[in-house]
Amino acid sequence: MSVDNVIIDGFVNNKVEFITTVPCKQLGGVIDAAEKHPDIYHIPSNKEDEGMGLCAGAFMGGKRSAIIMQNTAIGVTINTLVTLTQYYRMPLPMLISYRGELGEPVACQAEMAVHTKALLAQLNIPTYHFHKQSDADEFDKILKYTFMCNKPVAILTDASFWGGY
Amino acid sequence: MIRSDIIKELASTIKDTLTVCNIGLPSQEMHMIDDQPSNFYMLGTMGLASSIGLGLALAQKSKVLVIDGDGSVLTNMGTLPTIANNVADNYVLLIIDNGSYGSTGDQPTYAGKLTSLTKVAEACGCKNVIECKAEDTVQVVKDALAGDEMTVIVSKCESGNIKVPVITMDPVVIRDRFMKTVAAQNA
Repeated sequence: MSVDNVIIDGFVNNKVEFITTVPCKQLGGVIDAAEKHPDIYHIPSNKEDEGMGLCAGAFMGGKRSAIIMQNTAIGVTINTLVTLTQYYRMPLPMLISYRGELGEPVACQAEMAVHTKALLAQLNIPTYHFHKQSDADEFDKILKYTFMCNKPVAILTDASFWGGY
Repeated sequence: MIRSDIIKELASTIKDTLTVCNIGLPSQEMHMIDDQPSNFYMLGTMGLASSIGLGLALAQKSKVLVIDGDGSVLTNMGTLPTIANNVADNYVLLIIDNGSYGSTGDQPTYAGKLTSLTKVAEACGCKNVIECKAEDTVQVVKDALAGDEMTVIVSKCESGNIKVPVITMDPVVIRDRFMKTVAAQNA
């Protein structure tokens, strides 16, 4: 099974039915898999904070939600994460492409990469880093953990995990 | 008429309607005028009322009203294409357009100048966009909630604020009682 389908199956097995996405080159396959899955309502967002608003609404409407986005979005969403997701204690799995790591061809991506983990740590957001495809074996437990503790949780997925650029 | 006049007139109509209230004065006014468990008050996060409401409308069956403002929609302009392309016929977005950032001291917005949010919403693909006068707002909202079509209402009113206390309710309490109301309406 492709790693894209492993991720999407993980979401579906944990009853995540509402997924919003802002694209990244590395996330093309998983976004496509979300769009095609009959048990997922896929709603593309124009900006990641908008997506977190959609997820908050869906969660309050009784549907588990998740966001798929690039790590540059951490810079866009800090206020939303703090004053909406965390303040109202809502669960939010965030599958994040970790651009700017080994193999990165675009120099500018390294600029946000060096801040990514520090920002997540500053926000007290539980953070997992998928580097090898076998790291996805923990995805199911990470989702269960997210919905147990009602927190935003970050899953950083680097280029090695996705099989390069 | 100013925003608080509209909210005062609207309160009895939307008593049991799931209502997402925009940050700042719209939430504080709604809370003071008629606090209901069916109200979700935003205590922060400017701009996201329409997005929260859309997610809520797509996830369950009850009607959802969002009380938003022109400044807030301008902050999150990307919301209008998302609304247009993800039709939820239980969703009514009321943009109270007073042409100013009311909660921060009535600084003018571009919606009070050359920008028409009605035309923006239409250009984004929203099918059912109604611009109305402040005085007609309650009837337009009533009709929209009674209908089965996603509706965007732009209510043009004057800027100005009344004195209202801040909301001291804990956010988790707001969220919890709101979710219980949502669940009960969908049971």
